[in-house]
Amino acid sequence: MTDRVREITYRDAVREAIREALLADPSVFLMGEDVGRYGGCYAVTKGLLDEFGPERIRDTPLSESAFVGAGIGAALGGMRPIVEIMTVNFSLLALDQIVNNAATIRHMSGGQFEVPVVIRMATGAGRQLAAQHSHSLEGWYAHIPGLKVVTPATLEDARFMLAAALADPNPVLIFEHVMLYNRSGVLPADAVPVDIRSAIVRRPGKDLTLVTYGGTLFKTLDAAEILAKEGVGAEVIDLRVLRPLDAETLLASVRKTRRAVIVDEGWRSGSLSAEISARIMEGAFWELDAPVGRVCSAEVPIPYPHHLEEAALPQPAAIVAAAKAALGG
Amino acid sequence: MPSLGADMEAGTLVEWLKRPGDRVRRGDIVAVVETQKGAIEVDIFEEGVIERWLVEPGTTVPVGTPLAVIADTRPAVAVAEMEVAATVTPTPAPAAPPSMPPLLEPRTGAGRPRVSPAARRLAAERGVTLDRLTGSGPGGAILYADVERAAAEAAPRPAEPKRLDLAEMRRAIGAAMARSKREIPHYYLSTTVDLTRSLAWLEETNATRAPAQRLLLAALLIKAVAWALGEAAEFNGFFTAEGFQPGAGIHIGTAIAIRGGGLIAPAIRDADKLSLEALMAQLRDLVARARSGALRSSELSDPTITVTNLGERSVETVFGVIYPPQVALVGFGMPVERPWVVSGEVAARRVLTTTLAADHRASDGHRGALFLANINRKLQSPETL
Repeated sequence: MTDRVREITYRDAVREAIREALLADPSVFLMGEDVGRYGGCYAVTKGLLDEFGPERIRDTPLSESAFVGAGIGAALGGMRPIVEIMTVNFSLLALDQIVNNAATIRHMSGGQFEVPVVIRMATGAGRQLAAQHSHSLEGWYAHIPGLKVVTPATLEDARFMLAAALADPNPVLIFEHVMLYNRSGVLPADAVPVDIRSAIVRRPGKDLTLVTYGGTLFKTLDAAEILAKEGVGAEVIDLRVLRPLDAETLLASVRKTRRAVIVDEGWRSGSLSAEISARIMEGAFWELDAPVGRVCSAEVPIPYPHHLEEAALPQPAAIVAAAKAALGG
Repeated sequence: MPSLGADMEAGTLVEWLKRPGDRVRRGDIVAVVETQKGAIEVDIFEEGVIERWLVEPGTTVPVGTPLAVIADTRPAVAVAEMEVAATVTPTPAPAAPPSMPPLLEPRTGAGRPRVSPAARRLAAERGVTLDRLTGSGPGGAILYADVERAAAEAAPRPAEPKRLDLAEMRRAIGAAMARSKREIPHYYLSTTVDLTRSLAWLEETNATRAPAQRLLLAALLIKAVAWALGEAAEFNGFFTAEGFQPGAGIHIGTAIAIRGGGLIAPAIRDADKLSLEALMAQLRDLVARARSGALRSSELSDPTITVTNLGERSVETVFGVIYPPQVALVGFGMPVERPWVVSGEVAARRVLTTTLAADHRASDGHRGALFLANINRKLQSPETL
């Protein structure tokens, strides 16, 4: 921790959060593939093995089901494990542990057991990692009662969401978008702990609401900047938490602007963006001036070639176009 | 510059292992690149001839930057395709404007106008009619702001008095008349009244009066009906489940046409007891208030008989439909000049067709004839009215 304003990367912010948790609570430990000696596939955990030793920084076999299950067991046993999964695509191997165990045990035991496990994983495309390492499946997890799903996009959230997640008695999934790790910026010295309950308005505007989270937040803010130059005031909402959804913040904004476009790197069909659109219909239909728009990834497995990958993902130009469509332009 | 690791954003070209003009085939090592993980040999997936280098040794370039152009020995089209593929740069968004999925289908034909939910709700709240608004929204949809503007433009006008609901009035008339035709066994009588005396008397009386004080023929006719009813109680009252109930007073419903359609027949109460001047004043007042929708409910429920005067509408004869539960309707047509036999001589006279529609459950034709004759008689001595 430092009391100075300084420039750090998202990666550093996550590392600091883990380090702080390890220092603060002896029941916290980290495990996952290559988190120790290799320093993490995105170099988030670099140096932690040297500082905290193999008891608390544990390299695991390549078996997501086994080590996520072990994390759930440790959490049931009173520990506060941080489990890292390389990418959300691989988390599917642990789907049984996450959905059938972590999410259910509190409810099936009548509240006798808590599962305070924190599972971090990378999500999203943009690094030419092709279709088996680039998908955005956080919306699937947001479907599951018993889980909390958070998507830190800013340095502040990267730095402080982990503490809130560890403090929560429920399993919390943290999705870190791969394109955010290298983003750097100034973390304010007076940064304070954040909650994992609420969405937040990242940019105020009066003409339409752009709803997004995670990796597409900055693309959406870029689009809002382009729109501002054309005289359109776009309000940008960072959902931050995908489950439970903070519908109130969302609806308050839509009721004000009367138009909404959802930007989600997930696919359109059967998606989180569909859920958000439905919430807006349920809560603000009579306030709307236009159908809710969506900018999502193309409905293809994310392609490997760079230009195709870029074309498959939501981009500022598409967000601007959707905003204009909602405005009738 | 190939991506040689998930985290690699740039690489430095250390050296070229092939020169322009060299033929390369898939799997050949063509260059050495320095990354954070060390020096790595770059092999090639294409077959062809290296045309030229694009990056000089020692240069650091982002992942995705083309390093060289490979000319194919096959037709040129393949070269062009490769160049396109090779000129991809790491970050810029696709240059072509992205095509949006069809958020809004183009509006076709004249269906229901597009009105946003917010606009529809506001229009309902502010009483704004949407038909004539022009929408500024997607596909010409009427938006909240459009309604807000329309409401603001409408607001400065003085609030109009509550208007009659003409559609509702039409429904009420329809229901009452259907009931009348269904239930009331009408009979009809007609007589022609020589108006010479009445018109002469009116002319004489009005000659000395200011326009506002002048009497109209209508007042005379209503008064004559009221007076005649004094001797014809079976035409004044209501027919109910208990049979005919004579009216407690003579309250003459006076049919007044409403601009825009519709008809109302408020009562001139105790018309038999009013002076012609008072009756005239009431008539003026009722017409004005009927047309502004400011009638009192008692005036609408009270009439014990209805008088319809369609003289202004250029008809000669009224075939009335009784307003239930009333039992009679007296109709006056237009005074017309006709050849008329007076004392054995043909003379030009202004005459008026006067009709009676009456309920056979309450009266019969003989009584009706007497009633009409009495009206006629009274109009022959207007000074007694």
